Amino acid sequence: MFQYGVSRILWLVPTLLAMALVTFLVMHATPGSPLDPVAEGANPLSPEAQKNLAKIYGLDKPLPEQFAIFLGKAARGDFGTSFVYKTRTVAEILRETFPVSLLLGTLALALAIVGGLMLGILAAVYQNRMWDYVSVSLATVGVAVPNFVLAVFLIILFSFVVPLFPTGGWNSPRDWVLPTVALALAPMGIIARFTRASMLEVIRADFTLTARAKGLGERAVIFKHALKNAFIPIVTLLGPMFAAVGTGSFFVESIFRVPGMGRFFVLSMTGRDYPMIMAVILTYGAFLAVMNLVVDLLYGALDPRIRY
Amino acid sequence: MALSTPASGIKLGGGLRPPSDTSPQERSRGEGPRSNETSTAARSSDLWRDALRRLRKNRLAMGGGVVILLLCLVAIFADVLAPLPYTKTNFGRLNEAPSREFPRDLLSRMIYGARVSMLVGLGAQVIVVLIGVPIGALSGYLGGRADIFLTRFVDVMYAFPRLLFVILVMSALGAGLTNIFIAIGLTGWVGIARQTRAQVLALKGKEFVDGARALGAGVGRLLSRHILPNALTPIVVSVTFGIPEAIFTEAALSFIGVGINPPTPSWGQMVGEGQQYIRSYWHLCVFPSIAIAVTMLSFTFFGDGVRDALDPKLK
Repeated sequence: MFQYGVSRILWLVPTLLAMALVTFLVMHATPGSPLDPVAEGANPLSPEAQKNLAKIYGLDKPLPEQFAIFLGKAARGDFGTSFVYKTRTVAEILRETFPVSLLLGTLALALAIVGGLMLGILAAVYQNRMWDYVSVSLATVGVAVPNFVLAVFLIILFSFVVPLFPTGGWNSPRDWVLPTVALALAPMGIIARFTRASMLEVIRADFTLTARAKGLGERAVIFKHALKNAFIPIVTLLGPMFAAVGTGSFFVESIFRVPGMGRFFVLSMTGRDYPMIMAVILTYGAFLAVMNLVVDLLYGALDPRIRY
Repeated sequence: MALSTPASGIKLGGGLRPPSDTSPQERSRGEGPRSNETSTAARSSDLWRDALRRLRKNRLAMGGGVVILLLCLVAIFADVLAPLPYTKTNFGRLNEAPSREFPRDLLSRMIYGARVSMLVGLGAQVIVVLIGVPIGALSGYLGGRADIFLTRFVDVMYAFPRLLFVILVMSALGAGLTNIFIAIGLTGWVGIARQTRAQVLALKGKEFVDGARALGAGVGRLLSRHILPNALTPIVVSVTFGIPEAIFTEAALSFIGVGINPPTPSWGQMVGEGQQYIRSYWHLCVFPSIAIAVTMLSFTFFGDGVRDALDPKLK
């Protein structure tokens, strides 16, 4: 277990390096350089001045060296200045927006886990009855329909038809409801589907029969015996859930005007704000890699049968 | 399908470790090797005929299939069906201008939007299969260093959130239909390669493969005539789930403005533009939203049906 943990942590390093390399290469492969003299809206300075500029920004150095510098700075959280918000560094923007995204993501994940487990258990306990159909259809819609489409329907239903919640913003907890639901439905559907399958398998297992045979009540059988065992495979879903919520937040945040990282990311895409794009991708990538690691270790800790 | 969300749909069958994940391979292995070469063709056609029969009985899947067929027809005959060319503006309503550039015919743009969605959904899968299957098959069959390299590479790609990577590639290549194909192809082959590799690994030690090899079949013939036909089921399943995922990816890219270039209409782009005017012109984003939802649900129902039909024990 310890050895496995150490080797997984060590594997983080090449994974992150590969991510950084890919982002770096893409940044340099994009057509147009900030100092290209023939590009549209090119820098009007003389070649000598351009050379000086290149020297100041380190652009005259060979690519491997530039990559090393980029890595060194990125490791210290320095991603340079945003192209679009010229007065602010990327790190400043991230510091401001990341907590907002984290709050939204945590709320959505909590709702997805609680709601998904409940739907899945209901569906498994009442297999092929009404609750099963309700929960399976809800899960299918959540899984199949993109969250920005769900967001549109949620706004129409709960802001216009029944004006319960505002269409956007991020000031009071009332503003949190619709973005959280829009973001949570997809992971909730996945969790519900898996919980249902996993519970169905466990409910038919011999140990459940034993629990019933010794006279335990339905509640104790389901929650103490079945769910505990059904829960283990569901934990593996959490890694991809983080990814789902993370990338999903791009769309949900920009529809509901949530001032989070995702919305800034979308704005930086349209504005071709490369330092911002790279920083956001690396932050998300690193966050998800760490979360995947945590989930895998948790999996081992939860299930004593698993040996690494 | 998540990924965002829908993105995870495909992962349900592949990347995760759900309770029944090992079963497709285990079970198809359990079916017993189709031990001699001559019976392979006959048996496999039986498999497909049975699957088709089961699929026909699944009403939800057939409903999805009918909708998909209709959408394909709409996409093919967009030129005939659309009341106006999608670029044409209605100058009479210029002052109401809700759309980003000009007021253009919503219905026509939606009809042409079907073309983009279908093209991306089906076309991207062709690319994904053409890259993923040979790489996965070779790596599984040859083993050794090539295999280690591939598995490591796949692990790194899995750590990278898929949609994030596609967005990154799109930001480098620029918007456009061809680039969407490239971006989805570059990222999408990984899952299918992984699955093909697992299948090939399970099959390559079987007696019927040894038999064919003893009769003098080379690597190419062994893989294409003996191993891959027996490994087809999970590949077909993952392709059917890949289609809605690709459609979702295109819609998502266009939604944030790095997908299809503006004059060409795409549903995702229409939702992205329309949602800014949702208070005054709700129909602008609601109808494309409905189109996306219906398409995604149809493909999901159809994909579920195909999976259940090909491997009824999984249900």
